[in-house]
Amino acid sequence: MTRPFLRRPEALLGGAILLALILIAGLAPLIAPGDPLAIAGRPLIPPFTDAGLPLGTDRLGRDLLAELIHGARTSVAVGLSAALVAVFAGMTVGTAAGFAGGAIEAALMRIVDAFQIVPGFLLALAFVSVMGPSLWVVVLAIALGAWTGPARLARARVLSLRESDFVAAAKVMGMSPAEIAFRQIMPLALPPVLAVASVIVAAAVLTEAALSFLGLGDPNSVTWGAMIAEGRNQLRSAAYLSIIPGIALVLTVISTYLVGEALTDSLTGRDKR
Amino acid sequence: MARLGRVVLVRLAGSLPVLLIVLVGVFVLLDSAGGDAVDAYLLSMGGGDAQMAAELRARYGLDGSVLNRLLFTLGQYARGDLGWSIALNRPIGPVIAERLPNTLWLMGSATALSFLLGSALGVLAGRRPGSVLDRVLSGGSLFLYSIPSFWLGLVLAVVFAVQLRWLPVSGIETIASGKAGLARAADIARHLVLPVAALGMIYLALFLRIMRSGMAEAWGQDFTLAARARGLPDWRITLNHAARNALLPLVTMLGLQSAAMLGGSVVIESVFAIPGFGRLAQEAVAGRDAPLLLAVILTSALMVVIANLLVDLAYGWLDPRVGSGAGHD
Repeated sequence: MTRPFLRRPEALLGGAILLALILIAGLAPLIAPGDPLAIAGRPLIPPFTDAGLPLGTDRLGRDLLAELIHGARTSVAVGLSAALVAVFAGMTVGTAAGFAGGAIEAALMRIVDAFQIVPGFLLALAFVSVMGPSLWVVVLAIALGAWTGPARLARARVLSLRESDFVAAAKVMGMSPAEIAFRQIMPLALPPVLAVASVIVAAAVLTEAALSFLGLGDPNSVTWGAMIAEGRNQLRSAAYLSIIPGIALVLTVISTYLVGEALTDSLTGRDKR
Repeated sequence: MARLGRVVLVRLAGSLPVLLIVLVGVFVLLDSAGGDAVDAYLLSMGGGDAQMAAELRARYGLDGSVLNRLLFTLGQYARGDLGWSIALNRPIGPVIAERLPNTLWLMGSATALSFLLGSALGVLAGRRPGSVLDRVLSGGSLFLYSIPSFWLGLVLAVVFAVQLRWLPVSGIETIASGKAGLARAADIARHLVLPVAALGMIYLALFLRIMRSGMAEAWGQDFTLAARARGLPDWRITLNHAARNALLPLVTMLGLQSAAMLGGSVVIESVFAIPGFGRLAQEAVAGRDAPLLLAVILTSALMVVIANLLVDLAYGWLDPRVGSGAGHD
């Protein structure tokens, strides 16, 4: 029995959190106007004690809630862009490999293998250290470790589509191989990749957080990872500084998984027993 | 045994081209950075003249064109020499040999723990799909799976090391404790509890989920039905038939996740100040030490290759249908 997406309580919960998060991220400059890194009050005000600063302030007296809201912007933007880049690059390489076959396929797949045996996080670390930390570099660094999954999935799908009648028909019509591969076949290879898209987005959000936790994020944007790292210095006296942004991260990731899982289940007709 | 040895050798030789791609790719990436280890070194020395910089570059193969430098490095690696770390002022090989065991202990313990607990809980959850126990375990594992390991590490440290003072906050062992033998092993084990928990939790959740779905699938298949028809007791069907079958995808996942786990240990080592492999990568980044970073990345790639090889051998042993040529015939 397949339940539609909106009949699933876990999907509704995840969707609600995710929607709120995207709204907060998009409207951050309106909800929390001004520079989130500006000093807003006394340093180290604990959460829930000051109505004007609901989540309190950090070591420098910055408004934690404003930082959290602007951090959502970075997380969502980087997570989505990195996933988009990874899916697009993976689809292109996978489709080219599967459609071309022969030596081109072998060479492309060896490159995929090479990317898969290098820990993605180490590669991201190396990439950011070479290119210098900025939002786009972080996006590319994360995508470097995430595009091989989509590439493999797309190739497998293209291999099974390559001999279809519609491909033969396109050939007869005089379409060029590139046109057939990327305009006829690639869109059909998208569904299996989309099925894992939520996992890619969630992993990208986590990687961005880990990079900025290690001080390799964009220094000009507020990030949850950097907030956690900064709170580390006050772990004994003000653990909330690290704990609150971490909770935001967990909520983001878990809602992404919930929505992704429910979407995949209702799209494929697969259902939990 | 001789056959097993040959399989291992063939597989390792087969991965050489891929390792070479990694070596060249990472080399070119690191080489394109503005400023090399000699710059960083001279900066740390408070400056130096151009002649000294040129001499240092010639000595460490940092001069000439990209191709020259690449060939210099390839030659070094071919001789089994990983080069010289300017940041640490030591040969790189021994540094890696020193740091690797800490990371292997961390990763090995986290893998063992998450595999054992994750598959056991997955069997419990998958025994009756849809039951209350299944819902609790599946929901809990999704939650655990969403927690960033470095943040979990911090929270665990706050609770168990700072507040309760049960376990040490950081390090791999008590410095200058003079402990040896079993006392030292116990000391290291105490230091590893929190990092292993932080690193392993996400994999425990992952393994639980895979085991659970493998079990849930097995119940609809003929072999469990046949076992039931033969009148086998419920626990035997669960363990010997359903669970054994569901274990296979789990073992595959173990190999696939080894690279991600190595990446995760970089951050965990930073949280708990463990002088391991991941910390070495960070020190290399901080010191702009490209040869060191290259060696670290290449060694991790080799470790991932070996992990996947071990997984394939285990697979051939677990599933007689797979003719990996190892352990059987």
